[in-house]
Amino acid sequence: MNNKALITRNLIFSYNRLVAFTFPDIDCAPGNHCIIMGPSGCGKTTFLHLIAGLLRPNSGEITVQGTDTIRLKNEEADRFRGKNIGIIYQKPHFIQWLTAFENLQIARYLNNLTTENEDINHLLRSLNLEDKAKSKPSQMSQGELQRLSIARAVINKPALILADEPTSSLDDKNCEEALDLLKRQAEDLQASLVIATHDKRLLDHFPNRIFL
Amino acid sequence: MNIFSLNRKQIKAKPLSSILNIFLFATGVAIISFLFLTTEKIENQLNNNVAGIDLVVGAKGSPLQLILAGIYHIDHPTGNIQYKEALELTKNSLIRQAIPLALGDSYRGFRIVGTDQTYPDLYHGQLKEGMLWKTDFESTIGFKVAEKAGLKIGDSFTGVHGFIEEAGHAHDEHEYIVTGIFEETGTVLDQLILTNIASVWKIHEHHHEHHDDEHIESENAHVTEAEEPHGHPHDQTHADEHEHGHADADADAHEQDHEHAPDSADDKEITLLLIKYTNPMGAITLPRLVNSSTNMQAASPALEINRLYSLMGVGVHTIRLIAGFIIIISAFSIFISLLNSLKERKYELALIRSMGGSRNKLFSLVVMEGISIALIGYLLGLALSRLGMLLVSYYTETNYHYSLQHWFNINDFYFLFVSLIIGLLSALIPAIKAMRTDISKTLSE
Repeated sequence: MNNKALITRNLIFSYNRLVAFTFPDIDCAPGNHCIIMGPSGCGKTTFLHLIAGLLRPNSGEITVQGTDTIRLKNEEADRFRGKNIGIIYQKPHFIQWLTAFENLQIARYLNNLTTENEDINHLLRSLNLEDKAKSKPSQMSQGELQRLSIARAVINKPALILADEPTSSLDDKNCEEALDLLKRQAEDLQASLVIATHDKRLLDHFPNRIFL
Repeated sequence: MNIFSLNRKQIKAKPLSSILNIFLFATGVAIISFLFLTTEKIENQLNNNVAGIDLVVGAKGSPLQLILAGIYHIDHPTGNIQYKEALELTKNSLIRQAIPLALGDSYRGFRIVGTDQTYPDLYHGQLKEGMLWKTDFESTIGFKVAEKAGLKIGDSFTGVHGFIEEAGHAHDEHEYIVTGIFEETGTVLDQLILTNIASVWKIHEHHHEHHDDEHIESENAHVTEAEEPHGHPHDQTHADEHEHGHADADADAHEQDHEHAPDSADDKEITLLLIKYTNPMGAITLPRLVNSSTNMQAASPALEINRLYSLMGVGVHTIRLIAGFIIIISAFSIFISLLNSLKERKYELALIRSMGGSRNKLFSLVVMEGISIALIGYLLGLALSRLGMLLVSYYTETNYHYSLQHWFNINDFYFLFVSLIIGLLSALIPAIKAMRTDISKTLSE
């Protein structure tokens, strides 16, 4: 059981006393991917945040890379997430006063990891962003920000990559491309990819499907 | 990348509000630091130059003016006193030491002081070169006089009447010769030209004779009534009268006459006497004695300086309060701008945590911004206060020959801590708010 990248069991979470979400169990082996499908508002983002440790469930179990993340203290949870989980948010959130390059650098710095500039440049090149290294997020296009999100999610070489609606705002061609990039980056790291989406175009690509 | 470079970048990210906050803080610090520096320096100057003088005896008038003229050589003297009367006073057993000063002339704004050779000892004046004056028209000059007026040993110069450079009647007839230069003492001695009293008398004797001639023509009636046309015989008679009695009427006539012809030894005038007591009893009886039973006035430097402090104190206190308010306002400004920027930055802060940054890192990032602004403001304020000091010192130096240059004050050091604490306090609430940000909610918005 410990060799699984992600296991969830009997997760229940409620924002208030009236509505409680129950989530199906997930089993995801290292390097395997899975997709969480469901309509808007059914709790996909909540599910991802629970897995990431950004939210605490009312009950249930989450094991990432053999670590029971629910038992981690706040500080430990932050550190664990920083090192082991890469997150791609639905909206591209970046630190506006840092350049693309620095936005990747800070992800390393916050986890007390040192980086060679060459590593970051290499990553930027592989995502076709090398000429944007010195640009601020506000100077970049939607597609570029999407790719920068992917870069940030993988910069710390996590075992688990969580993506929240990574393709919903993209056209077919770009959707294909983004998915390709995501998969390629995940495979390079031998990481597991968990995608939460309502985008039916992705269904065919992932045999491991969970429906909410 | 480290917390310092991140901090620098977050401050640079909103230049306008950062600059406003820094300047606001700097202004408050500059005013307070400037006040610390100047009041300390002025108090030092005032205290050092008193040099153990217990009492100044001079002509009646403002006691503060007498002190300012007699000890600090800033103001004009209140007038002259009879040398003879002054000598009488010095016989009092409560007086340990009395130094006569005869003022009135200056050279390039530096005052020429006729005195005896104990005067430099007040300020521990050591000779750098040459020797003290011995005979008439020899002079020993202060360090600053030599430096600024470019006088060397053996140089000669002529004084002008009055204390203002290039104004007043020049005494071209008599030249002083520099026989010695004092070491720098950091006291008023640095800016004085010392000579014997007789030299000052001789110059003014000539001066007055000159004036007497004018008086004969223009104020004939007055002269014939009270004086004979030439000074000498007349003065002798008055000296006699003076010796024989101190009738009030006589003293009045006497006073009037001698403004024109202070010639014989007994009728000479000096400007004031600097007095040290033999024991503290002097402070109780001497001033009263002088003020009530002579034509002179006695002023205590300690009392007058305290009076000056309390006058100055009101102003200094008010300005300090204003500066304090400016600092408090700037602290609020830092607080509000940090709080405002939190709204814009909550995604960033949530992001930092989701990327593995701990709450403590978030907290320190916000606190550091507040502290940095206070610190930069403090340093800028310190620089501004020194700049102000330079300007004011230039002004006092050219106008009064007093330098106010003073670069360090221990309060600046304490104030650094106060600044850091203000920076910390103004960032504390925003930092706690940042730490408590609900990251999940913020990131899914």
